[in-house]
Amino acid sequence: MQIPAAFDYERASDVANALALLERHGPESRVIAGGHSLLPMMKLRLARPDWLIDINDLTELDFILREGDQLRVGALTRHTALLESTDVAGLFPIISDAERVIADPVVRNRGTIGGSLCQADPAEDLSTVCDVLRAHAVIRGPSGERIVSMSDFHRGPYETAVAQNELLYEIRFTIRPRSGSAYEKVERRVGDWAVVAAGAAVTLSADGTVEEAAIGLTAAGLDGTVPEAEAVLRGRQPHEDLFVEAARIAAAACDPVADQRGPVDYKRHLADELTRRVLRRACARAAGAQEG
Amino acid sequence: MTTTQEHAPNPAAGDPSRPIGYGRIQRKEDPRFVRGKGNYLDDIVLPGMLHGAVLRAPVAHARLVSIDTTEALAHPKVLAVITGKDLQALNLAWAPTLSADVQAVLVTDKVRFQGQEVAFVVAEDRYAARDALELIDVEYDVLPPVIDARRALDPDAPVIRDDIEGRTDNRIFDWEIGDAAETEAVFAAADVVVSQEVVYPRVHPAPMETCGAVADFDPVDGRLTLYETTQAPHAHRTLYAMVAGIPEHKIRVVSPDIGGGFGNKVGIYPGYVLAVVGSIVTGRPVKWVEDRSENLMSTSFARDYIMQGEIAATKEGRILAVRTSVLADHGAFNATAQPSKNPAGFFSIFTGSYDLKAAYCKVTGVYTNKAPGGVAYACSFRVTEAVYLVERMVDILARKLEMDPAELRLKNFIKPEQFPYANKTGWIYDSGNYEPAMRLSMQMAGYDELRREQLEKRERGELMGIGVSFFTETVGAGPRKHFDIVGLGMADGAELRVHPTGKAVVRISVQTQGQGHETTFAQIVAEELGIPPESIDVVHGDTDQTPFGLGTYGSRSTPVSGGAVALVARKVREKAKFIAAAMLEARPEDLEWEKGRWFVKGDPGVGKTIAEIALGAHGTVALPEGIDGNLDAEVTYDPPNLTFPFGAYICVVDVDAGTGAVKVRRFIAVDDCGTRINPMIIEGQVHGGLTDGVGMALMEIIAFDEDGNCLSGSFMDYLIPTAMEVPDWETGYTVTPSPHHPIGAKGIGESATVGSPPAIVNAIVDALAPYGVTHMDMPCTPARVWEAMQGRPRPPV
Repeated sequence: MQIPAAFDYERASDVANALALLERHGPESRVIAGGHSLLPMMKLRLARPDWLIDINDLTELDFILREGDQLRVGALTRHTALLESTDVAGLFPIISDAERVIADPVVRNRGTIGGSLCQADPAEDLSTVCDVLRAHAVIRGPSGERIVSMSDFHRGPYETAVAQNELLYEIRFTIRPRSGSAYEKVERRVGDWAVVAAGAAVTLSADGTVEEAAIGLTAAGLDGTVPEAEAVLRGRQPHEDLFVEAARIAAAACDPVADQRGPVDYKRHLADELTRRVLRRACARAAGAQEG
Repeated sequence: MTTTQEHAPNPAAGDPSRPIGYGRIQRKEDPRFVRGKGNYLDDIVLPGMLHGAVLRAPVAHARLVSIDTTEALAHPKVLAVITGKDLQALNLAWAPTLSADVQAVLVTDKVRFQGQEVAFVVAEDRYAARDALELIDVEYDVLPPVIDARRALDPDAPVIRDDIEGRTDNRIFDWEIGDAAETEAVFAAADVVVSQEVVYPRVHPAPMETCGAVADFDPVDGRLTLYETTQAPHAHRTLYAMVAGIPEHKIRVVSPDIGGGFGNKVGIYPGYVLAVVGSIVTGRPVKWVEDRSENLMSTSFARDYIMQGEIAATKEGRILAVRTSVLADHGAFNATAQPSKNPAGFFSIFTGSYDLKAAYCKVTGVYTNKAPGGVAYACSFRVTEAVYLVERMVDILARKLEMDPAELRLKNFIKPEQFPYANKTGWIYDSGNYEPAMRLSMQMAGYDELRREQLEKRERGELMGIGVSFFTETVGAGPRKHFDIVGLGMADGAELRVHPTGKAVVRISVQTQGQGHETTFAQIVAEELGIPPESIDVVHGDTDQTPFGLGTYGSRSTPVSGGAVALVARKVREKAKFIAAAMLEARPEDLEWEKGRWFVKGDPGVGKTIAEIALGAHGTVALPEGIDGNLDAEVTYDPPNLTFPFGAYICVVDVDAGTGAVKVRRFIAVDDCGTRINPMIIEGQVHGGLTDGVGMALMEIIAFDEDGNCLSGSFMDYLIPTAMEVPDWETGYTVTPSPHHPIGAKGIGESATVGSPPAIVNAIVDALAPYGVTHMDMPCTPARVWEAMQGRPRPPV
């Protein structure tokens, strides 16, 4: 049994209460939801908060709602709920692709989208997914609510725009017609972090050319998406040669590091290979997608 | 799971439809496990019990400059902090290992691997004990480490074991077997010779339950009760008596339910000794349970063999000789658990299942700044490495000769009429019938059809591989005259009592860690006495309640203890004859045995059941001279030879050409463990071992960086397989009983762990043939497979 350092614990009753508790206990307090990142780090004594603020009772943060051209997902939504949602699968298949390869069912039953994004592990699948879908994060704090784009949300490994006294409230995805998306990951074993993963989202014009595209990579040392590759795709007919070209640019844009999961050249190769695969699948899905 | 019940009669049981002792019955131990009523080490709570925690070295090689325990001792819940200096005063700072070396219990002079034990805190609770570790201030003078075994014998390599007087390098031993000159002559004359460096990386048994102990020393009567996660309670008790000076009759070692051993729980770890010292020092019971990282970083690893293999053959594919030179990384202390005359374990079974003209190997063992141990992890004392080597080499030869690997094996098997077979390194294989097992596996796999499918896929650029391995193990050590551990002969005892009402208890010296002993051994008694298994209790794991014996590892429980149990039951049966004769007023020689009952020849209506005889033994019947009034017996079984289980495995993999990811699509395992007792338990053992094999082949490695930092200290980094990585196992069997074992059983515990890694790697290499790949080392992670496809396979880090 791994034993964490001593800590205190409070269970928040609602969002306002959670924010008050964060304010009261200060910088050494941490929010806990699913706990599948924070608890292992605490057990290894890599994280040692003085206070844990448990938000698992905040059911107001647990929702998947379709409103107009927005899909709103509460921060406390479990991975399993995302995986089982037909709205999510229909509108943003990339989320289902990713959720299927996030950890295992036990972890998915507890882990939350908010926890994944706020942990901001460089190998976090949902960070890439949200980047690629150009999602927005709704953050609540003592001074009210603010909405930030994913590029503002990410501040580097293990860092986000959510301040210590704030709470990630929801994630908003914009629903676009004629769109498709896909995610693919290589891992050493089910439940392992990605060696490298790639995600792509495309929106096609009425004439079948690419109107908008986004490419993201997980665990490959890439911040945000790959604008150069996206520019190449825009305005062109989806085609294998185009995917090859875009993937080559994505692979060149990333900056992976060697570790137990693989050397740099392999990871770069995967960035290339997987980008081609997800573009292929995203475009096929977009072509098959219904209007709106 | 699919099981092919092949036309395999069971000659030992005499009835093909019914294996020994009621066959496929549910396990007697399972009701308590499935209801959460097991009693594991960490479930033990004694009145007044304290908790210990070990401070471990953060670096791999460093001189210990100073330890300041002042602050830790000031912690309100801390009762004691023990350092190497304290142990020196008790003459306990160093303890003998199982391989004639010594190991530091706590560091006194120098840290020799990352994670080594530096100090021990005893506190009121486990949280305080762990917190207090952070209050101990240790100063280290860091030294350059030796991490790569290939560099261990460099002239300028730092000498790790400067504690041993006169030591000037890191060589532990040089050992050789076989006829070097004869082998060289065969190689020189051979048409074809292939050679390959084959690395079996360092892996870890990683049992679900980590190691731990609860020590309870009673200062009044000087009695030590020690609960331990051990596979060998009797051997441990004797060693504690020898080392700690506590008289053996004052020590009781109890091994409760064990959550997996795989060899990890054979040796004596510093933590066990420290719990004892903690209890002596505080006068209260002390529990110590390591965490996952401690288990992975400091306890017995397995393998770590760098093998240069060579194989010689005629151009027609007749295998002539195998030769190998091995560099064995034993870590910082030679703590390998193995018979003392076998420094490389049973690696000399590398001659495999083939009729060779010559064989030779030499093994050099070296120290490195890594955790000690070795020969753990279900490997039958290095049979795993041996089988992996020869089965890779045969495959490489098949490729060179452009022969089908299954056909090449079939061509070279030892023939049934050659058994007992004396191989070129001194083993006498007891029995074998290899071709039917190989043919059965090929038939189950649909081998020819698979090869056709592979051809079609290759034309489409898809990578599919078919891997074959055929293994022969040498297990069940063993005859006392040849095999001992620290001087203790590798025999095992059994005691059987039949109570007056005909219910029985059998006490055995081996300890189960999940193998199902409580069921299997009851079944053996049931077979021999004709009473049902549910009327027989099996007692094990407590030195106060069981006869002496060396314990469970190296697949030795059924071959050795199983023999003891069969013989003790036969002894009771024979005694029952004399008592029955007295009861029936007949002559013993006029009685005949049918299952469960002695009766008068020619008058089957007149007889006595075992239950009636038991009551008679304890009753008032006048007993013949020399027969005392009970139905009990005891034996110690010294097996005349080892046993040689074998099997034929076929693996089918698909490799993603774009990513290098491997999917094990099918796995066919045909095992021959001699007489089969409980087929369900056998299949369970095989399933577990095959899963182990997938782990080692695809993902497991204890890796280090160049500074000696262990990179595999948690289950996030040391990957073990899950249900998602394994296929639906297809198992089958043949039955070739051991001629010398009382019931013909050979043991099954490690067969699948031994046999599966080469089948998987052979399949992967076969899949990569279009890329010109002829070998790659484990673990076959996507990255490593991809590197092999690029023509630059790497040895494991």
